[in-house]
Amino acid sequence: MSNISRRKLITTGLAATAGVAGLATAHRLAQRYGLIPPDGGGLYGAGETLTYAAQRILTRHSMAREFPRSMISEKPFGNETAPPGDAFKRHQATGFSDWKLTVDGMVAHPTSFSLSDLKSLPIHNQITEVACEEGWSYVAEWIGTPLHNVLDAVGVLPQARYIAYFSIQPDWWESVDMADATHPQTFLTMGMNDGELPVQFGGPLRLRVPRQLGYKSVKYITHITATDSLKRFGKGLGSASPEAGYAWYAGI
Amino acid sequence: MRITHWITVISFLALLVTGGEILISHPRFYWGETGNSGTTPLFKIPIPASRDTVPSGYNYVMPDQNGWSRYLHFEAAWVLVITGLVYVVASALNSHFRKNLLPLPADRNWRAIRHVFAKSLHRGPPDPGESRTYNVVQRTTYLVVIFVLCPLVIWTGLALSPAFDSAVPAAVNLLGGRQSARTLHFFVSDLLVLFLIVHVAMIVLAGFWSRMRAMITGHIEASEERL
Repeated sequence: MSNISRRKLITTGLAATAGVAGLATAHRLAQRYGLIPPDGGGLYGAGETLTYAAQRILTRHSMAREFPRSMISEKPFGNETAPPGDAFKRHQATGFSDWKLTVDGMVAHPTSFSLSDLKSLPIHNQITEVACEEGWSYVAEWIGTPLHNVLDAVGVLPQARYIAYFSIQPDWWESVDMADATHPQTFLTMGMNDGELPVQFGGPLRLRVPRQLGYKSVKYITHITATDSLKRFGKGLGSASPEAGYAWYAGI
Repeated sequence: MRITHWITVISFLALLVTGGEILISHPRFYWGETGNSGTTPLFKIPIPASRDTVPSGYNYVMPDQNGWSRYLHFEAAWVLVITGLVYVVASALNSHFRKNLLPLPADRNWRAIRHVFAKSLHRGPPDPGESRTYNVVQRTTYLVVIFVLCPLVIWTGLALSPAFDSAVPAAVNLLGGRQSARTLHFFVSDLLVLFLIVHVAMIVLAGFWSRMRAMITGHIEASEERL
């Protein structure tokens, strides 16, 4: 073996060892600071973890772009949903007067909110864009109460790390970390463009997460739960999206 | 350093296939901030879509492949960006850019560029040592790909991230809005595909196996010099 190839071998070996050690340290740090998404394993786990960690560091407090009223889309697009189930139809028949949002899990006071309870909380509006992972988008005004108002009212325990939210429609649920759950633009939305939130757009109650793609904004919300681990929900991948092959984190 | 080329090849092909798959879910392009199935597109790709909400003009709905395509697209993008950074830093340090890619002072004029095209159109014999160096057109093209198209495709791609845009609104605003960014991402990708096609065509013309061997092993057979 010549000197040069031996030197090369030693350098490569050292670089590889440093690389592996660096990766292990990075993984430990990422775990400690909650930078590994629930679907951070498997073939695409490395890319997904890099994306989530990088965006979580970069966007912890950043605000989704808001637009002037003149940019509200004349033709918003309410994506198609599964046909409404019997439970939804019963509420629709009574004008959603009995609609309840149950908040439980790691909270001090589990509570059920009616729509009028929610409307008595501070109501805000935002003009933000809905961006679908397919590529299309529209801008609308969304009116509702920031989710953190509800989380404050029930007293989310400090050890809670995720908020999972469920539609009245079967198998439709998502979850977000606390950075997105307590973000001032994450709304329990009840109104759109100065009117009631139409059923097509998620009425009577939709959780809008404007810093993520549209599929994180689940329609027809009836249940919210605070948890320290998503392992015991569904298949343990974080939400219904990874179970259908889609990323849990949809910031890109 | 040749390893960065081959990692780039693999990740670019992954990005191309998955990008195409994602495109199929909405093969319509718009300009400005917003656009959807209810608005007029700038142009359409005449293929069926993988969503029945898209007015594609076909009665056929393609299978949805967006889940894994999106996972792989972003993973491959990370590989490409990290590999690209390693390549750019190493090439700056070892003078690869200055020695091999910056056009020679004598060649920085239209006459030299015309000479390259004229010679290849007349299929004239290669200049001495041409298998060991790049001509002025190759050098310029490589520099444009490395320092213009690659940064642009990353920028236009990042501008499609609502979270990234919340931290850096200028990323999307400077491009004229979300849908403009998406359309530009498509066009810049097309230019990269055009580069890929010409690049591979030239390799085939120059002798596919000898060029592959050179790019894998780093050695050029002495006998090839005569070709």
